[in-house]
Amino acid sequence: MARLSPENVQRARDLIALYPQSRSALIPILHIAQEQNGWLPPDAIAHVAELLDLEAAEVYGTASFYDMLFTHPVGRYLVSVCTNLACMINGGYELLAHAEERLGVAPGGTTEDGLFTLEDVECIAYCGSAPCLAVNWRFFGPLTSGDFDRLVDDLSTGRLDEEVPPHGTLSRVGRQAPAPPATSHGAERSPGGLGLGG
Amino acid sequence: MLTDAPAIVTARLGQPESWTLRSYLDRGGYQGLRKALTMTPEDVGQEVLAANLLGRGGAGFEAGKKWSMLAKPRPAYLVINGDESEPCTFKDHMLLEGDPHQIIEGTLICAYAVGAAQAFIFVRGEFALGIERTTAALNEAYRHGAVGQDIFGSGFSVDVVIHPGAGAYICGEETALLESLEGKRGYPREKPPWFPAVKGLYSQPTIVNNVETVSNLPWIVQQGGAAFAALGVGRSAGTRIFSLSGHVNRPANFEIEMAKTTFRDLIYDPALGGGIRNGNQLKAFVPGGVSAPWFGPDHLDMALDQDAVGKAGSMLGSGSVVAMDDTTCMVRAAWRITRFFHRESCGQCTPCREGGGWLDKVMRRIEVGGGRESDLDLLLDVCDNIAPGLRWPPAKTTICVLGPSIPSSITSLLKMFKDEVLVHIKEGGCPFA
Repeated sequence: MARLSPENVQRARDLIALYPQSRSALIPILHIAQEQNGWLPPDAIAHVAELLDLEAAEVYGTASFYDMLFTHPVGRYLVSVCTNLACMINGGYELLAHAEERLGVAPGGTTEDGLFTLEDVECIAYCGSAPCLAVNWRFFGPLTSGDFDRLVDDLSTGRLDEEVPPHGTLSRVGRQAPAPPATSHGAERSPGGLGLGG
Repeated sequence: MLTDAPAIVTARLGQPESWTLRSYLDRGGYQGLRKALTMTPEDVGQEVLAANLLGRGGAGFEAGKKWSMLAKPRPAYLVINGDESEPCTFKDHMLLEGDPHQIIEGTLICAYAVGAAQAFIFVRGEFALGIERTTAALNEAYRHGAVGQDIFGSGFSVDVVIHPGAGAYICGEETALLESLEGKRGYPREKPPWFPAVKGLYSQPTIVNNVETVSNLPWIVQQGGAAFAALGVGRSAGTRIFSLSGHVNRPANFEIEMAKTTFRDLIYDPALGGGIRNGNQLKAFVPGGVSAPWFGPDHLDMALDQDAVGKAGSMLGSGSVVAMDDTTCMVRAAWRITRFFHRESCGQCTPCREGGGWLDKVMRRIEVGGGRESDLDLLLDVCDNIAPGLRWPPAKTTICVLGPSIPSSITSLLKMFKDEVLVHIKEGGCPFA
């Protein structure tokens, strides 16, 4: 299960074809692996490494740098509460404290039922609606404690399934366009213009 | 004063389904690209040079000049930076969700002008809906014949790929973005030799332009560079989106004419920020992203002019303005900004990695009541080791500018609100808590 499904292997190969160098497809493929599993289990890392002819350590090295990629299990819903400046001065930490109380976990923790993982995150670029948060990178704000409780209820009962897919799914639309003609960066392709450099 | 300048990059936002091809075509979509393809690439570049279009990402470099620096040999790549992460900046997020076709059209105009072999739109990974809408728009644009082989029958061909990031502030820095696009950790590259226009993606010449920057191109090509340059003043030409947040009545993105509008207009005008909430007084504001030194109310009448703000010791940066009222604890504000940089340091350079951590700890203990009077000198000493001389713009001891940005909020705090810091230390806690 942790290895990519045949369908996702095909998606990975389609992604590799988009780039002059295959390793550029690494992060997009890791997103697919995370969409499949909700996180990146060791078998998924190893499989992605195989697909890109990399060492698993190289894949892990890249994955571990990025906040969105998880090498440990997280809940179905990743609740990312912003506490950066615009949110902080509009009650971001109070919202976070309420979230901790309601979910019964500290930032980084996952509820026992595996439904929610809580995070304290940096600015999520939704500052016109502070204090705000994201659930699986769908944005909500401004939120009171009551709004937060209703959001958790709606998520728990599946009322937001349409808007908030399980953790790991970013775009529900895939590329429907041909891959660029095969190339490597060393091979000259005909440029469309002469540029300004002279 | 508010001016009668047209909305250039936000004109279509708010229209029904503004992100779809149908809506875009109904409102003049892809006419800029069609016109550009009848011109020579050099002439397109000349229009952009004439427009005085400064980059809208943060550094504020002239786009036309950047293009002209693109080195040979080819192929050259074009990378559009949609990794918006500077705290309190939320304009590119809005453009990616609301008008992705405009970004794609701008990307294609730029790709034509610089002769790019391939273009990538790097979208911040957290922008799930932005990635979805931009991907759907690109699919539509391919079917419309606006992307790919023989665009609109012109003979010009270029492919565009949407690339999702994975969560790292530092990847907004252009060389870190390129590393990330190559599938690696987002470690900034040293300049020289890694100036992207000379040695960028896959070591090839590469142009990196911000999402808002290229969103201006369809208008510039259609109306002419001179019409764009006629807006604003001097180098601060055209309009720009300012992300206004904090304690204002109407936090939002506003597109306004550069250099002819002041911070006071932005924060107080009823059509813009609408003033400070609850009738409170403004205490200070961040003029251009949290990397920028703060201004007090005495700077309210300064124009939103890149050079003027720079001369006054700060920057317009990413175009985000955060208004803080008189209930704000400035120690806490500076600590939170410092903590952000500490968390987001990539760890390559010691002054940033270690210095950021020390500053975070010292600021934290002052805020929670464990501060010492000697901490004031300690803070300045650590800041000085990260950015020697504490000048503006800061000196560098690091590969990229993240490190030298760390002292901004602390030096602003000590300059403008030293008494408040001393009260924290003397009373052993935060007077605002």
